[in-house]
Amino acid sequence: MRTAFFRTLLDLAAADSRVSLVVGDLGFGVVELFAEKFPDRFVNAGVAEQSMTGIAAGMALTGQIVFTYSIANFPTIRCLEQIRNDVCYHGIDVKIVAVGSGFAYGALGMTHHATEDLALMRALPGMVVVAPGDPIEVERATRAIVEHRGPCYLRLGRVGEPRLHDERVPFELGRAIEVRAGRRMTIIATGSMLATAMAVADRLGRDGIDTRVLSMHTIKPLDTDAVIAAARETRAIVTLEEHSVIGGLGSAVAETLAESGVGPIPFKRLGLAGAFASQAGSREYLLAAHGLSEDGIRHSLKPILDLITD
Amino acid sequence: MTVADPARLTIDTIRVLAMDAVQQANAGHPGTAMALAPVAYLLYAEEMRHDPAAPDWPGRDRFILSKGHGCAGLYAALAERGFFPLSWLDEFGADGSRLIGHVSHVGVPGVEVSTGSLGHGLPIACGMALSLRREKVAARVFALMSDGECDEGSVWEAALFAAHHGLDNLVVVVDYNKIQSLGRVEDILGLEPFTDKWRAFGWAAASIDGHDVRAIADVLDAVPAEPGRPTCVIAHTVKGRGVSFMENTVLWHYRAPAGEELRLALAEIDRDA
Repeated sequence: MRTAFFRTLLDLAAADSRVSLVVGDLGFGVVELFAEKFPDRFVNAGVAEQSMTGIAAGMALTGQIVFTYSIANFPTIRCLEQIRNDVCYHGIDVKIVAVGSGFAYGALGMTHHATEDLALMRALPGMVVVAPGDPIEVERATRAIVEHRGPCYLRLGRVGEPRLHDERVPFELGRAIEVRAGRRMTIIATGSMLATAMAVADRLGRDGIDTRVLSMHTIKPLDTDAVIAAARETRAIVTLEEHSVIGGLGSAVAETLAESGVGPIPFKRLGLAGAFASQAGSREYLLAAHGLSEDGIRHSLKPILDLITD
Repeated sequence: MTVADPARLTIDTIRVLAMDAVQQANAGHPGTAMALAPVAYLLYAEEMRHDPAAPDWPGRDRFILSKGHGCAGLYAALAERGFFPLSWLDEFGADGSRLIGHVSHVGVPGVEVSTGSLGHGLPIACGMALSLRREKVAARVFALMSDGECDEGSVWEAALFAAHHGLDNLVVVVDYNKIQSLGRVEDILGLEPFTDKWRAFGWAAASIDGHDVRAIADVLDAVPAEPGRPTCVIAHTVKGRGVSFMENTVLWHYRAPAGEELRLALAEIDRDA
């Protein structure tokens, strides 16, 4: 995802002289090319995320379209108030990019686990929140947030994620992509859990449970039409995210369902239950330890499957 | 300075307008608004290139009130310069007013940046100054901070940045009234040697009497004090200067002058002039 992001950013910067990049002294091996090609539009603010975000705001207020870039929680939680006051209140073109969603930097420990960022960014007025599910979505989302006027948050995994879409997949901010049709149940996934959702749905399909999968790459504004259609057309909804179950995709979908008037439907939020990961481990290990491996997810789905199995 | 000095009259006008606005709104921070008056006057009347009829003119100099609680002084200065009608000041802090108790840009011509939480203005000013230089716009960026604000780490992050990038189109004025929220700066989190700190961070720093309008003007006229360095002006002030009972008291960080107090305050400002 990181590779797709930087490749697209270079394209965009070549096409539009307002596109700038401000980093917080991270991105070894990936930011250098931008810095070489566009030295007058690159800034390394140092290990100083509050300053990084304020500087980006100042640049945006003088007409630039500014990406801030760092990893995990550094470009979001560390400078949350700068994002709220300096970026969102001014409604300016600062695009915040975090690499290392969820447990992507698993082995580095809880300081490097981005597991509440969606909730925090989603609550900010005017902020668009995007968590692409594969490198194709990353490329499309990066272009879309430059087109969009105003603050955006782009949440990326790390490197080496599989391509899940065809190059020609239609992409629009705020519009979910149905990656698998199905009538029995819907899994709504975001970000790096999309591949897992598709694998789980394939397995369920083989077991006779015809499962729809939606890639909800945009958490805000949420595609409420797709959620309500899933509630009307399928018999259960499950959300899947590499994030706390509080405040992210699961909450957004639950809020939509509760207010939609579609009536009761079996519903489950799958994600992180709200405890810190205090053991070492790779992303795969930590996901499994928190019930988010394919097996863990199928185990968690049993009660809901019992409800909808004739 | 003589009684007829138009600068002094304008400064006192700004003081009176600000004080009136604070009193009507029953808001706090009258001392800050008072102390801001000379700097606001000099910047808007003498130093800054700007056009009240075209507040978004790209070539304008920018002013960021990083100590957003001094907004009454800024609103008064902007109104005095004609960015918006003086009558707006009557609505400062009233329900539904766009003139909010910490400076807000929404619907207020001339306000560049909304602030209120301390330590936000300098990084924004750095981004503007860098961007203007890169775009080859010969505009300058002025930021006014408070002394207590310099407790914030983000101030020093940006101070490092400005010097590293040689932002000599950036000027910071620190209103050094030596009083912060709960008491005297030296008792809470001392800043001394304050001017030396800025110099050690790579800035051209000057220490002046913040009530001496000519001294402020001289230092602003000479910007950049050193080519290739950002400028920091430490303006020693007395909080609430000009109104004896407000001077140097923590209480007047919070209070608005009530009826008789306002009359006495305005009388003192008049007598001074």
